[in-house]
Amino acid sequence: MKRRALVMAAGIALLPAARATPEALAAAIRSFTGGVPLREGKVQLEVAPLVDNGNTVPVVISVPGAPGAEVAALALFNERNPQNEVLRVDFGPRAATRSVSTRIRLATSQQLVAVARLADGSCWSQRVEVVVTLAACIE
Amino acid sequence: MARTLITAPSSARRGEAITLRVLLQHPMESGFRVGADGRLLPRDIVRRFSCSWNGERIIAVELFPAIAANPYLEFSAWALDSGTLDFVWEGDHGFQHREQRTISVA
Repeated sequence: MKRRALVMAAGIALLPAARATPEALAAAIRSFTGGVPLREGKVQLEVAPLVDNGNTVPVVISVPGAPGAEVAALALFNERNPQNEVLRVDFGPRAATRSVSTRIRLATSQQLVAVARLADGSCWSQRVEVVVTLAACIE
Repeated sequence: MARTLITAPSSARRGEAITLRVLLQHPMESGFRVGADGRLLPRDIVRRFSCSWNGERIIAVELFPAIAANPYLEFSAWALDSGTLDFVWEGDHGFQHREQRTISVA
């Protein structure tokens, strides 16, 4: 037990602190933001850090406390599924909160990026690393 | 005809935010999987969902293959007047499904 704990600790220590964003993911995000540089914050991505089943992973994307028309659109991207886009959301005048929940597929352990495009044109993001034990079947 | 599960209140108070939950029975075949014969299964996903209240947009969602089978969405809307909620799904191979719910606002 002790040895296993040690090996796991070593494994965690070896994980890179911040992984470079792969080109395809950056391109997918660019197509949503229109090239506006991303800033950290405002948008919130809720997802379990350890996912048992990658076939159906509950996620919540929201911009808490945003008044009506401030948020133009939300999007979610993944790093290592076959396709980087997951979901895009446009809010109409009747939407109450800037929040949406859904269930997604994850092919492997990877990074998720939630992006919010505000009415003033600025883009905000949050990145979350998730570990997936049972991958969604893509093969 | 696809089966759906829609959770929406039948009545609400004016000015209240109501929560809507929708689930559509659909395989969301990603187009990246290989079938028993070794060939790629053709993509068959729901690409768009939208919901409106008396014709006024609440939300419009674009879905990609990374959305799990039986796509589920939860969102909220302002209850301003009585009327009809319209739920529309559109997908590959001409898939289209529409549901309506009436809601009375007091």
